[in-house]
Amino acid sequence: MDGRPEGNLRPQLDSNQGATGACVVSVDIGILMTATDSMADVPLSHPLGAAASDEDAPLYAPRKQIYPQAVKGRYRTIKWVVLAITLGIYYFLPFIRWDRGPNAPDQAILVDLANSRLYFFFIEIWPQEVYYLTGLLVLASLVLFLMNAVAGRVWCGYLCPQTVWTDLFYAVERWIEGGRRDRMRKDQQKLTLRTAGQKGLKHFIWLMIAWWTGGAWVLYFADAPTLVYELATLQAPLLAYTWIGILTFTTYTLAGFMREQVCTYMCPWPRIQAALTDEYALNVTYRYDRGEPRGSVKKNEVLKLQGLPAGDCIDCNQCVNVCPTGVDIRKGLQLDCIQCGLCMDACDNVMDKIGRPQGLIAYDTDMNVKARMEGRPEVRRIVRARTIFYAGIIALVGAIMITSLALRQNIYLSVMHDRNPLFVRLSDGSIRNGFTIRVANKHLDERRYALSVEGLADSRVDVIGGEVDPQGRTIVTVGPDQTLEARVLVTDTASAASSSTDLQFILTDLSNGDKAATSDHFRAP
Amino acid sequence: MAHESHEQVDAVTGVTTTGHTWDDIQELNNPLPRWWLWTFYVTIVWSVLYAIAYPAIPMMSSYTKGVLGWQSREAVEVDLAALKQQRSGMTAKLAASSLDQIKQDPEMFAFARAQGKASFGDNCAPCHGAGGGGAKGYPNLNDDDWLWGGSLAQVEHTIRFGARSTNDKGHSGTMPAFGRDGMLKREEISHVADYVRSLSGLPTDKTANLNAGAKVYTDNCAACHGDKGQGMQELGAPNLSDKIWLFGSEKATIVEGLNNGRGGVMPTWHGRLDDTTIKALTLYVHSLGGDQRP
Ligand code: SF4
Ligand code: SF4
Repeated sequence: MDGRPEGNLRPQLDSNQGATGACVVSVDIGILMTATDSMADVPLSHPLGAAASDEDAPLYAPRKQIYPQAVKGRYRTIKWVVLAITLGIYYFLPFIRWDRGPNAPDQAILVDLANSRLYFFFIEIWPQEVYYLTGLLVLASLVLFLMNAVAGRVWCGYLCPQTVWTDLFYAVERWIEGGRRDRMRKDQQKLTLRTAGQKGLKHFIWLMIAWWTGGAWVLYFADAPTLVYELATLQAPLLAYTWIGILTFTTYTLAGFMREQVCTYMCPWPRIQAALTDEYALNVTYRYDRGEPRGSVKKNEVLKLQGLPAGDCIDCNQCVNVCPTGVDIRKGLQLDCIQCGLCMDACDNVMDKIGRPQGLIAYDTDMNVKARMEGRPEVRRIVRARTIFYAGIIALVGAIMITSLALRQNIYLSVMHDRNPLFVRLSDGSIRNGFTIRVANKHLDERRYALSVEGLADSRVDVIGGEVDPQGRTIVTVGPDQTLEARVLVTDTASAASSSTDLQFILTDLSNGDKAATSDHFRAP
Repeated sequence: MAHESHEQVDAVTGVTTTGHTWDDIQELNNPLPRWWLWTFYVTIVWSVLYAIAYPAIPMMSSYTKGVLGWQSREAVEVDLAALKQQRSGMTAKLAASSLDQIKQDPEMFAFARAQGKASFGDNCAPCHGAGGGGAKGYPNLNDDDWLWGGSLAQVEHTIRFGARSTNDKGHSGTMPAFGRDGMLKREEISHVADYVRSLSGLPTDKTANLNAGAKVYTDNCAACHGDKGQGMQELGAPNLSDKIWLFGSEKATIVEGLNNGRGGVMPTWHGRLDDTTIKALTLYVHSLGGDQRP
């Protein structure tokens, strides 16, 4: 066994594979592997492939067309359910209504760009609170890390939009053009009218799905029913059509053509994932302790009768045929494998047929496979330092976000001192400073606020365009869910201010006593 | 770099080489990708069509105009028209409302202040300063001292017609050059300068003859500046008894004014700015310092 049968250098996590090839697979089976694999793996345009040494091999691997075979089983069912739920959420969420009263939209989830508001059920977020989105992203990445620590690329295999939409597109392809064999045959034969018709239909349906994907996207940015009506009657804004066009295009190309290449070459998560993972994380694993030496049912039967070692793997290649990324999981954990679990279903079906227990390919760790081979006990450790750590920060970040959401103020005040002039001398000699204040009223009804200033021994506050109530308080009125910018003049009536005095602006909501305060300075010569 | 033909087939890729070798690195003779080539051809065709359709080639004193007749100036005009259109609702409301009505309506007032601020920066800031802080000889618009009156109507009148401007409706009235024109003698000017300082409580020299100054004042200055130095807005005669000094409160500065006279010019904006802009400017300027002291 002098080398690997592959002629190309596709990036692979090779440590396991080395172990499989060198220690477990015996020589004659190695030859068998070479026979099946080299056909698929060596680039066809490689005239001197065999002669070139590993070092000279090109770093480029041409794409192999993948024709995944249909499969039924536990994981396939889980994937169908996840697909239905995630796509259902994506396509229908904008239509959910949520009553917020007369002064706000009644769409449960709405990104209102024109008015700079984000609505999420009972939460309304203003632009200056965009850190909640940051918090959400932090949470999302932590959950991703936790999933990774428990079972590797679960996200890739079940939840990632790239996987979900590609799965859907594969389903359409299979439905129209037939199974793996049919499709391979059709692609090799000359194009018949019937095949062309099927392909045309397939692309049409793909485009329809892609178009609906783009269509659903824009519904998050406007009142969904209205926009659907406008889109249908060609009255929607050009921007909506543009976005639908862009997303139709990306969905169609990413899920219809680029598929597994997105995962292998474009997506950063596999790289990050590989750096974050450890030996305890469960992965879709071929249990070579049980499967090797592989061989046909008959041959292994004979071996067994002779008392020689014979594995459960009958080398039927089902696991390879169903794989949407074209991976042979029996070579060990590989970079291209998105952990979709379909090879487990395929192999379980085979095991059922030959009357062997399921789980030749299963969620396991290479560490445990080796442990079983060497007769050591298995180690399963879902609860360990890193999962506890991730769960801990998730809880912490979540708690911080919930607390800050619960305690957040619906009143907001910012003050800006005039830059020029810094201060003004009035005819009686007193000094006056000008400020621009901005008051935000996050309530959905109109509010009246009293503005006062503290820090000067004796001062007068005038709001230009404001009013003074009978108690002598300076009042500003702000409409529902709005901000108000006003000019405020503060006069030091005692003429006692030094060149810079700390000043507190206090805003009091007259309806409930809520206060907002902010500080600035009073400048004098 | 060797230049004899070394063309050969690369062992790894099976592609012929160009024969160029640098530090043992060979250049493969791969064809350009087809998509790239076609993109390149399309850009060439595009550039030719573009040069025909749009202004492109500089000539001696002009340039090729392009068959579409497109001009960047027209594009700006379209943009400006669109902006006007966008603002038209508010602009029409401003045009139809009086200054007081605008001030009472928070929405209109905010719009007017914003428009006024922009217009102030374009037209008024060179003299009055970016925030209306003024400078020597150019009034500070943030204080409560208004040469020509600080009510909305008075401010609008001053902006529209100016002071000592080319417009007949503008304010007129100047401070005469008492010294240069020989109306007052040198000592009289000194006396009255001391007296004027004393009106607003500023300290005077020990040698100052305030009685003599008071007499000169009553004879020459009180007609415009008032018997107590309270000023007169009809003539733009500053209040001399307050703490605000347009040119400065030093005796030398006051003497200089008495000698040579004063008469700063505020230009007329009537006809140069449209009515709504003048309204917006009025409200903005008025909001800087508010009204006069009640
Ligand atoms: S090897 Fe198995 S788990 Fe990995 S991508 Fe292929 S089918 Fe999915
Ligand atoms: S499906 Fe199972 S039995 Fe068939 S080749 Fe794969 S691992 Fe072996």
